[in-house]
Amino acid sequence: MATKPKSSKKAPAKSSKADMLEYYRGMLLIRRFEEKAGQLYGMGKIAGFCHLYIGQEAVVTGMQACLKDGDQVITGYRDHGHMLACGLDPKGVMAELTGRSGGLSKGKGGSMHMFSREKNFFGGHGIVGAQVPIGTGLAFANKYKGGDNVSVAYFGDGAANQGQVYEAFNMASLWDLPVIYVIENNQYAMGTSVARASAEVELFKRGISFEIEGEAVDGMDVLAVKEAGERAVKYARSGKGPYILEMKTYRYRGHSMSDPAKYRKREEVDDIRSHHDPIEGLKAQLVEDGHATEDELKDIDKEIKGIVKDAADFSLESPEPDPSELWTDVLRETETA
Amino acid sequence: MSVDILMPALSPTMEEGTLSKWLKKEGDTISSGDVIAEIETDKATMEVEAVDEGVLAKILVAEGTEGVKVNAVIAVLAEDGEDASSVTPKANGATSPAKPETSDAVATPAAAEDAPATKGEESAPAAPVRSDPSIPDGTTFTETTVRDALRDAMAEEMRRDETVFVMGEEVAEYQGAYKVTRELLQEFGARRVVDTPITEHGFAGLGVGAAFGGLKPIVEFMTFNFAMQAMDQIINSAAKTLYMSGGQMGCPIVFRGPNGAASRVGAQHSQDYASWYGHIPGLKVIAPYDAADAKGLLKAAIRDPNPVIFLEHELLYGTSFPVPDLDDHVLPIGKASVKRAGSDVTLVAYSRMVGFALQAAEELAGQGIDAEVIDLRSIRPLDTATVVDSVKKTNRLVTCEEGWRFMGVGAEIAASVVADAFDYLDAPPARVHQKDVPLPYAANLEAMSLPSVADIVAAARKVCYVDQE
Repeated sequence: MATKPKSSKKAPAKSSKADMLEYYRGMLLIRRFEEKAGQLYGMGKIAGFCHLYIGQEAVVTGMQACLKDGDQVITGYRDHGHMLACGLDPKGVMAELTGRSGGLSKGKGGSMHMFSREKNFFGGHGIVGAQVPIGTGLAFANKYKGGDNVSVAYFGDGAANQGQVYEAFNMASLWDLPVIYVIENNQYAMGTSVARASAEVELFKRGISFEIEGEAVDGMDVLAVKEAGERAVKYARSGKGPYILEMKTYRYRGHSMSDPAKYRKREEVDDIRSHHDPIEGLKAQLVEDGHATEDELKDIDKEIKGIVKDAADFSLESPEPDPSELWTDVLRETETA
Repeated sequence: MSVDILMPALSPTMEEGTLSKWLKKEGDTISSGDVIAEIETDKATMEVEAVDEGVLAKILVAEGTEGVKVNAVIAVLAEDGEDASSVTPKANGATSPAKPETSDAVATPAAAEDAPATKGEESAPAAPVRSDPSIPDGTTFTETTVRDALRDAMAEEMRRDETVFVMGEEVAEYQGAYKVTRELLQEFGARRVVDTPITEHGFAGLGVGAAFGGLKPIVEFMTFNFAMQAMDQIINSAAKTLYMSGGQMGCPIVFRGPNGAASRVGAQHSQDYASWYGHIPGLKVIAPYDAADAKGLLKAAIRDPNPVIFLEHELLYGTSFPVPDLDDHVLPIGKASVKRAGSDVTLVAYSRMVGFALQAAEELAGQGIDAEVIDLRSIRPLDTATVVDSVKKTNRLVTCEEGWRFMGVGAEIAASVVADAFDYLDAPPARVHQKDVPLPYAANLEAMSLPSVADIVAAARKVCYVDQE
């Protein structure tokens, strides 16, 4: 197995017009959804921890486009975007954020803890790094059962310093498990920059001593993500074992809603926003390639706004969980023999 | 000057073993480091190396001899220039603990030092009453060790359900650090009997993911002391996800392994985690005593759709009990068992302490006190109804646990009994437990720290007001 990490390269735009419009729609849905969630948080309708994905939309949108039925996804607590990209109903996600009975977890999980058996979305994990061994276990189950499904375990640059990540890397490589580790390097673990927390700042190299292939990807370019994702998924699906993609990305908002973001300069955020925004970038390309007019894109924007408004309305109208729900779902009923 | 070769102790808990093979014969010249014999415990076959040099003058214990006590003289070595035909053993075959110049043989275990070959088995005290309605009248029983009962449970469930697999450190090629997974690799292959690296946090999390992915993992911890490394995955991922997902995600997984104090292994390797795991909603916690329960409850745990913590006891692995000859012996989780009926005092125990409580009951019977012994079998759910019913009859309660008193299992039982049977109590409940210190290594301090049969007898006498303070 080759272990030399490849460096990031500009992706050729292989995606079709329909694909590109789909990515545009997907990223826009996440952006507008998160903006609305931030708004509802400010109104006191969403409580607790709420981690917004704004700025990182290209990562999950591009990756999810590489997967097929039966592939599984797992991530950490910055998970709203992943759920939308998995095709979960925005109403169910938003109603979970407001803690209502119509939420994906009936209001019992909250922002960081949502799951969908139907869409093979396995959470939504609040403990930094815990999703990595679990995602590896999903891959173990795939291999055990046969077939060629893969699992994708997303985690951040902060989680990349957890020991259990490397315990999982070791076993995944040892047993050639079909898992793609997507490191969403948004540059800051809460307020600590990668350079201040990691001896090796190129996080894809963390797989080298485990003989895991890895590469860095421009995570602000959905087409680049898609291209690298295809490569990683093909590799894992063919039985060669795990693959690491380090997505160089950026979050515009604070770590959570209560983050004053004193650890970085306003200009840094503004620069990324103006020059590297994943949605604006794709939009420009769509227009430039003649795939869509400004007006057509505005129509998409309007449609997305409508979806998000419906989700917000639903999340506020849905009743709180019935008090009887306090006691349900602690244990599964034991089947009687 | 001749040198005695003694039967070596091959583990912290070994008391005797089988001298399975001599690799040298009388008259052979032996150098230090030569492998001279093989000794078999019920867990492993170990090679014995010579420490001294000389000629093997006499073999005193023939190969194939079982039950050779530790420190018994098994052979005599004649040193340089000595007439091999005239040497005699200095100690005569008996156990001789002090042996300043005769420490002749060291054992070299085949692999991990953390995997002692144990033979510290205890004899099971008689349990006059059994109350398992699930075992039909006329069932025959076979004497089986707890170790083999656990193994049989796993093997039966693996035959029954293709999604059941076992993973952990040394479970496959080594045949289990405590031989509980013996021969599973041979029957089920490496796909279903998976040796892991030493990576508890990682493989516990991987097991949770495999359970989410539709498999039924049995995760063996070499001991539960090492599961501390995996606590986050057990509690935050395995136990809570069903609730956090509004009932969507189940985690059918068994975490099992030896729990509690072994013998002279010190503080970090000797701890009872029953109350730790018992604290967590979303977990089931089982701590069986005898082999029939170990088998019936492990099978139930593997079939259970929830995460189950299955606490075994190293010092019971080699103990034999009657196990029913049933094709499918599965017991309900959460039901205590009345091991001995009595009318004067209720002794509540779990795991190894059940044996202690039964012995205490025998002693108490000789003193005119008729004790009832309840084996909890399950810590969570806790069958308080059986305990409360018993206390309503006996009016006195003694709880027995190997763990610490503070926030312990006994505290929970006492609180439940006080809440549900306050008016029936003739004395404040008493608790028998480990002393509130990390377990010491020194033999005398270790014995002082751990709960004993005498402690239970004393507590029972106290709540019966036989001994007035």
